[in-house]
Amino acid sequence: MTVWDPIADIAAKVRQGELKAVDLVEKSLASITKAEEYKAIIATTAERARKRAQQVDAGDNQGRLAGVPFIAKDNFLVFGAETTAASNILKGFDAPYQSTVINRLEAEGAICVAKANLDAFAHGASTENSDFFTTLNSHDKTRVPGGSSGGSATSVALELAPFALGTDTGGSTRQPASFTGVVGYKPTYGLMSRSGIVAMGSSLDTVGTFARTVEDAELVIDVMAGTDELDSTTIERDPAGYITDPTDLKGKRIGLIREYMGEGLADNVREQIEQAVAKLREAGAEIIDVSLPSLPLALAVYYILCPAEVSSNLSRYDGQRYGFSCSDAKDLSESYTRTREIGFGKEAKRRIMIGTYVLSSGYYDAYYKKAQTVRTKLINEAAEAFKQVDFLVGPVTPTVAFKIGENASNPLAMYLADVMTVAVNLIGVPGISIPCGVSGGLPVGLQLIAPQRADRELLAIAVAAERVLT
Amino acid sequence: MAKLTRDDVLHLAQLARISLSDDEVDEFSEELSAILQYVEQLSNVDVSGLQLTNQVTGLTNVMREDVVKDYGYAPQELLKNVPKTKDSQLRVKRMIG
Repeated sequence: MTVWDPIADIAAKVRQGELKAVDLVEKSLASITKAEEYKAIIATTAERARKRAQQVDAGDNQGRLAGVPFIAKDNFLVFGAETTAASNILKGFDAPYQSTVINRLEAEGAICVAKANLDAFAHGASTENSDFFTTLNSHDKTRVPGGSSGGSATSVALELAPFALGTDTGGSTRQPASFTGVVGYKPTYGLMSRSGIVAMGSSLDTVGTFARTVEDAELVIDVMAGTDELDSTTIERDPAGYITDPTDLKGKRIGLIREYMGEGLADNVREQIEQAVAKLREAGAEIIDVSLPSLPLALAVYYILCPAEVSSNLSRYDGQRYGFSCSDAKDLSESYTRTREIGFGKEAKRRIMIGTYVLSSGYYDAYYKKAQTVRTKLINEAAEAFKQVDFLVGPVTPTVAFKIGENASNPLAMYLADVMTVAVNLIGVPGISIPCGVSGGLPVGLQLIAPQRADRELLAIAVAAERVLT
Repeated sequence: MAKLTRDDVLHLAQLARISLSDDEVDEFSEELSAILQYVEQLSNVDVSGLQLTNQVTGLTNVMREDVVKDYGYAPQELLKNVPKTKDSQLRVKRMIG
């Protein structure tokens, strides 16, 4: 059952006065209340959303997303609710300004109705690392929705709103999209501003988009993409934009990633991926076996560079400027150490410690610099692969959604959930997860990857692929 | 092979300005050792002739005019999340003896 029309249609009806923004907001808020058992949402921004809806209905209704409700992962600074990043240390944080991408969506009439759950500080692959609660998979309540943007993915899977925002540092949008059966888009590094988003790994962080269809995602991406003076890593948008023209799969050269189809891939996922790839071939795509020999190293590179950047970014949570502050410390130094002991959860501490280790004197060259150099190797191999093919294809995750608690006691096992997604972030290329099948009632996503700055081309082929896969 | 002792963990915690409980020190010494052991597979990778990557899209030294821009935020608005303030300044605990 489809609760919402395509996003472009909703906005068109609001512009023409056929639909009222206030009704759309109420519909979204009511569905959030009804779906509380899934724990996808940390807080609603109901009061502000209603006010904004009234403004839209009062005439400010000509935007491309007029009246369209959406849900933001709780690591985006948004007015109208706390921004916690699902962490105890940021509990109570009242954003003094908003994320650039939120401002851009609002300028086109979109209305944020709620903040979604995540693994605290986006550290995780299941939402089990949230300092508050675990989100349940909408297809099977005993399983995780993936992470870290599990609340956003579940929001779209349950159609609490037509789209949701996430972040993707090592797979945090594509992996939960795969686990919940929705579209999850990770752009080229720098295509969307990270200003006003809680930083995790700054050389890897990107803004993710969740939607029910690629076409819906295109409109949202088109509104958000482009340079921002508040994030100096942003790149120019494609002059043609991100609303794509109908494309044919015929003649497209698509490389099936050999390293992702080997050992470690669950049989039920392999079966779905092979069937999906066969459908792409039937539709005229040329499927070519492609190898990036260093891909099996990507996870090790990631779990050096990401914690290193995390340890640096999380040093700002010292209890002096914002967030939780331990009040009974005897001096400044103890105020730091006690604030961070109490305020950070296990996984944040773990990553800070790993990052501190690999950046510390005596280990810096062997770990951090080595990982940065292997990163170059991965980038070079991807460049070679993209000489042979236009796109790469493979699974998003080695398994379907796992059981709640299954990996909770083994951090390394949890990290392995990212094994097929982290390389895209290390290389800086765009990637998308689109639903391609169901196994035992659980969704399987297909990952398509394009060269840097080929976001428009990737979206176009994803629309074509979506058509033959569903 | 990296095997972190309790002392190593305590030293790291000190560098990272985090207090840890006794249980956490034991737990982290096991877990961090396992993670480091996993990432050590990179030590055998031949990277001769390769530069390191800091930034993936090739941007360098993005410059802007050094001018004050008014974003319209009142100072008290920007200070509203600060645990302790005094006269629009952050108030912190004593630093020196």
